[in-house]
Amino acid sequence: MTNRSFAKGLLAAVVASAFSVLTPAFAWEPTKTVEFIVPAGTGGGADQMARLVQAIIAKHGLMKESVVVVNKGGGAGAEGFLDVKGSKGDPHKIIITLSNTFTTPMATGVPFNWKDLTPVRMLALDQFVLWVHAETPYKTAKDYIEATKKAGAGKMKMGGTGSKQEDQIITVALEKQTGAKFTYIPYKGGGTVATQLVGKHIDSTVNNPIEAVAQWRAGNLRPLCVFDDTRMPYKDKVTKEMSWNDIPTCKESGVDTDYLMLRGIFMPGGVTPDQVKFYVDVLEKVRQTPEWKKFMEEGAFNQTALTGKEYADWVAKADQIHYGLMKEAGFLAPGK
Amino acid sequence: MEEIRSLMGGFAVAMTWVNLALMLAGVSLGVLIGVLPGLGGANGVAILLPLTFSMAQSPGGATSAIILLSCIYWGALFGGAITSILFNIPGEPWSVATTFDGYPLAQKGRAGAALTAAFTSSFVGALVAVILITFISPIIAKFALRFGPPEFFSVYLLTFSAFVGMAKGSPFKTITAMMTGFALAAVGIDTVTGQLRLTFDIVELLAGFDFLIAVIGLFGIGEILLTIEEGLEFRGAKAKLNLRVVLDTWKELPRYWKTSIRSSAVGCMMGIVPGGATPASFMAYGLAKKMSRDGEEFGTGKVEGVVAPETAAHAAGTAALLPMLTLGVPGSPTAAVLLGGLLIWGLQPGPLLFVEKPDFVWGLIASMYLGNIVGLIVVLTCVPLFASILRVPFSIIAPVILVICAIGAYTVHNSIFDVWLMIVFGILGYIFKKLDYPMAPLVLALVLGDRAEDSFRQAMLGSQGDIRVFFSNPLVGTITGLALLLLFWPLLSKAIAIARGGNGR
Repeated sequence: MTNRSFAKGLLAAVVASAFSVLTPAFAWEPTKTVEFIVPAGTGGGADQMARLVQAIIAKHGLMKESVVVVNKGGGAGAEGFLDVKGSKGDPHKIIITLSNTFTTPMATGVPFNWKDLTPVRMLALDQFVLWVHAETPYKTAKDYIEATKKAGAGKMKMGGTGSKQEDQIITVALEKQTGAKFTYIPYKGGGTVATQLVGKHIDSTVNNPIEAVAQWRAGNLRPLCVFDDTRMPYKDKVTKEMSWNDIPTCKESGVDTDYLMLRGIFMPGGVTPDQVKFYVDVLEKVRQTPEWKKFMEEGAFNQTALTGKEYADWVAKADQIHYGLMKEAGFLAPGK
Repeated sequence: MEEIRSLMGGFAVAMTWVNLALMLAGVSLGVLIGVLPGLGGANGVAILLPLTFSMAQSPGGATSAIILLSCIYWGALFGGAITSILFNIPGEPWSVATTFDGYPLAQKGRAGAALTAAFTSSFVGALVAVILITFISPIIAKFALRFGPPEFFSVYLLTFSAFVGMAKGSPFKTITAMMTGFALAAVGIDTVTGQLRLTFDIVELLAGFDFLIAVIGLFGIGEILLTIEEGLEFRGAKAKLNLRVVLDTWKELPRYWKTSIRSSAVGCMMGIVPGGATPASFMAYGLAKKMSRDGEEFGTGKVEGVVAPETAAHAAGTAALLPMLTLGVPGSPTAAVLLGGLLIWGLQPGPLLFVEKPDFVWGLIASMYLGNIVGLIVVLTCVPLFASILRVPFSIIAPVILVICAIGAYTVHNSIFDVWLMIVFGILGYIFKKLDYPMAPLVLALVLGDRAEDSFRQAMLGSQGDIRVFFSNPLVGTITGLALLLLFWPLLSKAIAIARGGNGR
C-alpha cells in the first residue's frame, strides 16, 4: 500500500467509525456482489431456497451489495464445493448445502470435506415423509413394511432423488431397521419422483413435504410417517382431514428411523469472524421476514437454525452419521 | 362451454395495460436471450426471478409476474431460430434441427423466407398447444401420469429411430458420430449409481459436456472455419430486404399443412410427456424427412425442413407448461425455473391449482395466446432487420460472431474452460464437415444419451432385468413397436421391394 492510499484508507476508517457511532454499522460489509452458490441444478429445493433468500434480501434491502445465485451442480454438487474450497479467504462467496456436502465426497471420492469450509449458520432442516399411493390399503408405516416383507425381497419399488444420496440413505436405514428389502430406483428430481408414485410406477417414496404436498392435497398420495423424532408442528389443515402435525413419526408407527437434511450456509475457509458474523446477522433478518415464515410453513420445514459452535458440532455429528450409514450400505468410494 | 367462459375471464385478467406492456417487454427480452447462444431461456428466467418477487406480493401480482416470465420463454423460443438460420449457430438446443435447412436457405439468399417460416411455424405450434391446454388439460394431465421409465425409454428410442433410419451417406460414419455423442454424454455423474464416469479427476469435467457448448463449437465455430477457408464472404448476402418476403412465404406455407399437423402432434406429446422441446424438434424433422415428398432434398434448404422442427419445438415448449401446472413436474429446464418461481410466490402447482387459483391459471393461459401474438408481430416486423445482418461484410461479422460464441460458452457455467472446449468442438466440427461425417447424430446422442440411458436402467431395475417390460402394456408396446419399425424401415422397404419385384430390379 502506498502512503497516499494508506492515508485515504485511514481517513475512510475514521469517517466510517464516526458514522458507526451514529448508526450501528457492521464491522465488515461486502464491497462487491456476493456470489451465492447452489451445488445443485435450477428448480430443486436448494435452488428455490437460495433464490428466495436472494429475493428477500433484495426486497427488504438487507444488504447494500447485491447477491447473485450461481448453480454449480456438476458431479452431484462437487463442482460447487470445489469452487468454494478453492476460493479460500474470499468473503464474497457463500454456498447453500444439502446432504451432498457429506455424501458426495464419500460416494465419489472427490477431494473435499465440509471442514474445508467455514460453517455460517443453519437455515432450517428439511423433513422426509414416507408416502404411498392413496389407493393402496396401507394405513400405517407398519402395514406397508409388513406388506413389503411379505411380498419378498426387492418386489416393492422405492423411488427417490439421485443415487447414494439422502433418499437412498433413508431407504437403506429403513431396511436396516425393519428387515424389509426394497428395489431403489433413482430419478433426477423430487417432482418427478412424486408423479411416478401417482402414476403407480413405484410403490413408495420418501419425498420432502414440499415435493409431494400438491399431490397429497389432491388426494393422490397418503403420508405414512415423518422421519423425525417429533411430529411436525404445523397444525393448519393441509387436506380436508389432516395437517402436517397429524402425520405420526416413524418411531410412533413402530419403524424407528429418522433423518433430517441440512439446509445451511457455508463460506470458504480462511475468512474472518467479522465476515461470518455479517452473514449470520443478515440471514437472521431473512428468517424474521413474513415471506420466509410462510415458505417454512408451506414446506413444513423443521425450523431449527443453529449458529456458531453448535452449528459446527451439528455438522460434525451429521458427517459421522452419514459415514456410518454409507459404510454399512457399501456406498463408500474406494479408499474412503 | 365452461372453458370458454374461464378463458374470457382470463383475458380480462391478462388484458390490462400493465400486463400488455409486460408481455411486450418479456417477449423482446426473450428474443434477445434466445439470440445469444448460451444464455438460454432457463438462465434468463432464473436471473429475472428474484425481480418478480416483490411484484408477486401485490394482489393479482403473481399473474403479472408469470406473464412476464413466460413471455421471456416465448421470446426465447422465437429467438433461438434467428442465429440458427443466419449463422448456423443454434441459440437454443431446440433450434439445432432448424439449422439443417434454415442455414442452407440463408446461404441461397432466402434468409427472409426461412425466418418467416420459422416464426410462423413457431406460432402455429404454440397455438395448437395452447388450444389443447385450454380444452383438454385434465385428460392430458392424466395421460402424462402413465409414463414410467419404460415409456420414457421407448419415446427416446422413437426419437433416435425417427432420425437414424434415414441417415444419408455411410452408415459407419453415422454410427461413429452417434457413439462419440453417447461417450460425451456419459461424462460426469451417473444418476443410477451416483458414481463419476470418465472425468479422470479433472474438476472441469465433473459437470459433463454441456450440450450448448458442443453445439456452439460444432456448428458456430466449425462453420466460421469453413467459411474462412472457402473465401471471406457470406453467400447469402443478397437477401431481399422488405416485408414482402413475409407475405410471399405465407403463400407457400399452407402447402406444408401435413407437416405442420404432424409436427404439432409430436410437439404436444413430447411437451406433455415430458420429453421436452429438443427431442420434439429432432423427431419432427426426422419424421418430415421420411414422410415428405421432397424428403430426399432435406438438408439442402427446404422451407418444409424449417417448418417441421420449429412447429414441434414451440408446441412442446408451450405444452411443457401443462405438466408443470397440473402435476408440479416441469417439462423443460425453463419450466423447472418457472416452477421454482410459483413456489416462491406461494402458489402450489399441482392438481388443485386450477380449482384454487382460477384467476392465475386462466390469466396465464390467456397470456399464452396474447404473448404469442405479440411475439409473432415483434419478430416478423424485424425479419428484414435480422436478414440485413447478412449484408455486413464477413470480415466484420465473423469476429463479432466469435465473440458472441465465446461469451455464450462462458455464460453456461461461468467457466473459461468452456470457452476452450468450444474451440476444440469447433475444430472437431470442421474436421467432421471436411470428412463428411454427419453432426446431427452426435448432437442428438449428446442431448438424449444420458436421459435414454437413465430411463433404460430405471426400467431394468424396476423389472428386475426383464426386457419384456418394453412391451408390457399397450402404450409402451405401441411406441417401442413404432420405434423398431422406423429403425428398420430402410431394410424393410428394400425387402418389400425385392419381394415385389422378384430380383429387386
